Amino acid sequence: MELTRRDALLLGAGAVAASVLPQPLFAAEPTLDELIAAFTEGAEVKDGGVDIGAPEIAENGNTVPVDVSAEGATSILLLAGGNPSPGVATFHFGKLAVPSASTRIRLAQTQDIVAVAKLSDGSYVKASRAVKVTIGGCGG
Amino acid sequence: MISRRDFLQATIAASAIIGASGIGQWGRLAAQQRLTQDDLLGFDPLGSVTLIHLTDLHAQLKPVWFREPEINIGVGEVNGLPPHVTGADFLKLYDIKPGSPEAYALSHQDFEALAKAYGRMGGLDRAATVVKSIRSERPDALLLDGGDTWHGSYVAEKTAGQDVVNVMNLLKPDAMTSHWEFTLGRDRVDEIVETLEFPFLGANIFDAEWDEPAYEPYKMFERGGAKIAVIGQSFPYMPIANPGWMFPGLSFGIREERIVELVAEVRDQGAELVVLLSHNGFDVDRKLASRVQGIDIILCGHTHDALPEPVQVGETFLIASGSNGKFVSRIDVEISGGAMKALRHKLIPVFSDIIAPDAEMAAAINAERAPYEAELSEVLGRTDSLLYRRGNFNGTWDDLICNALIEEREADIALSPGFRWGPSLLPGDPITREALFNVTGMSYPAAYRSEMTGERLKAILEDVADNLFNPDPFYQQGGDMVRVGGMGYAIDVGKPMGARVSQMTLLASGEPVEPSKSYVVAGWASVNEETEGPAIWDVVEAYIKRKKVIQLDPNKSVKVFRA
Repeated sequence: MELTRRDALLLGAGAVAASVLPQPLFAAEPTLDELIAAFTEGAEVKDGGVDIGAPEIAENGNTVPVDVSAEGATSILLLAGGNPSPGVATFHFGKLAVPSASTRIRLAQTQDIVAVAKLSDGSYVKASRAVKVTIGGCGG
Repeated sequence: MISRRDFLQATIAASAIIGASGIGQWGRLAAQQRLTQDDLLGFDPLGSVTLIHLTDLHAQLKPVWFREPEINIGVGEVNGLPPHVTGADFLKLYDIKPGSPEAYALSHQDFEALAKAYGRMGGLDRAATVVKSIRSERPDALLLDGGDTWHGSYVAEKTAGQDVVNVMNLLKPDAMTSHWEFTLGRDRVDEIVETLEFPFLGANIFDAEWDEPAYEPYKMFERGGAKIAVIGQSFPYMPIANPGWMFPGLSFGIREERIVELVAEVRDQGAELVVLLSHNGFDVDRKLASRVQGIDIILCGHTHDALPEPVQVGETFLIASGSNGKFVSRIDVEISGGAMKALRHKLIPVFSDIIAPDAEMAAAINAERAPYEAELSEVLGRTDSLLYRRGNFNGTWDDLICNALIEEREADIALSPGFRWGPSLLPGDPITREALFNVTGMSYPAAYRSEMTGERLKAILEDVADNLFNPDPFYQQGGDMVRVGGMGYAIDVGKPMGARVSQMTLLASGEPVEPSKSYVVAGWASVNEETEGPAIWDVVEAYIKRKKVIQLDPNKSVKVFRA
């Protein structure tokens, strides 16, 4: 059987329980580092091992397609460091799931998208990818 | 055993007999008025496969003057590398004699004098002669069109690109890719594509909702006994640099992973030669070549560079074939054992006074123009200055456009986008309506007039500067800096975004531009759907008719630094 990318995404979505991070209305927003520390419970995070797919320059900053995957991940925390609220989502993967997920996020400005994955052995890995949000209009 | 690299060098050395730069050394012949079509088309054939590359025609069906840029700054790793080498440095790099026909075709040096000596360049009727000549020798040659073909002239604007489509069909391209085509609107593009007898390729064009391919990604050919895959790559930043509302539901992007997948796919299908027909822009292609294995040749477009030799990145060869019909590239490839073993390339300069027009094509072009001949040829005024567009920061055509915007729209400051299309006019030339449309003709011409704060103006300049001078080519969009009238500024291209632009000054008063103060700004070609105002060509036409003679002072309003 040959899976297209779309099928894989749909399958992935079916097997995934995604939770949008709560956004407290009145409390001070946690910072990027605080969100990572909460996710990893302070454990060491190695660089690499997470793939982030995103356009180099956003076509529409209000809805930027982002996909994340990490081999052997049981969950992936996705963050937008340059947004007023950096938290985007945490994806949890069951044993049968492909550890891959995609979503669309709003980016307030040019910034790094950060993804931290918890692997099945309990270790953590992290990657980031720059996405530029531009005024546009003078190409060609 | 001769290595691939040795072989290529041997090939280049061998071609030194007829022209070290891969373009020719015809200075003496030209001086004696003995430079012939055979000299321009002469090619020592290699292997069994031939590619013909034509790109960024911008609807220029008739021969034009086209001055290459004087300033083309490369940042980061590409600092000082072609195509970021101009003028005397360019001539030295490629061993081209100043004052020679090659120097005229490829650099801005002595442009005015050399233009008078060597005449206009391009014309699709001349290009047709070149293509037919190559095909008569190599009937299996593939003709590949890099896009920006259906846009950029009065008749193309009036016919929504149909004139160019009709005459290009006579050339029988084997595939094309795209950029400005989509400014005709997605429905119009699809309507034209339905009629084409060749594929309209865009591996990086996706349906935005379903994230599925929206156009054919590649085409497999069997030519000259070899399996050839041509993958098409449209301009990646289409909805950002041009109005996204004109082609709703489409998403573009570089999509490097997609190219990796497709190269593997076509190799699995037995491709012995993999060609990327690209509208990425040269620096993007150079970076892509360094990251994606398995592409043999990238036919580069978008940034309008004309390079007399291929640029080699790893095992990939980048070919840059200029713009506006000035050049046609011929690439011969030897394939054996399922892989490219050698290539030979020539950037053929289309000197319109030397290459004979193809009669069938000339008649077809004239037929497309006939209904519009009266409007095209109407003289609006005369220029006593050289009018050209190319250059990172300004060009005299945009100086003229900005002056017109300021006076006709009563603005403090004018903005004209950093487009790279649009041919030149020589001092003394009449400014016809055709000439004006060659630098303004497009589908979102409204000349807006609005108030902007100094802070907003700075943000715009910084944003565009980062599209041009971001050290990572994947973040570059490939145009030039937005042209500014009525305001001077300093720019340090080596600084990061937000810190490049300083010393913004109103030229009329010499006062600094205040961040919080509002200024009346006139501009055109906004990507916003609700933009209102007269068409830019009407604004500039009124100005030229009022002035009668255009005379421009040298523009010294942009000071360029490099940290």
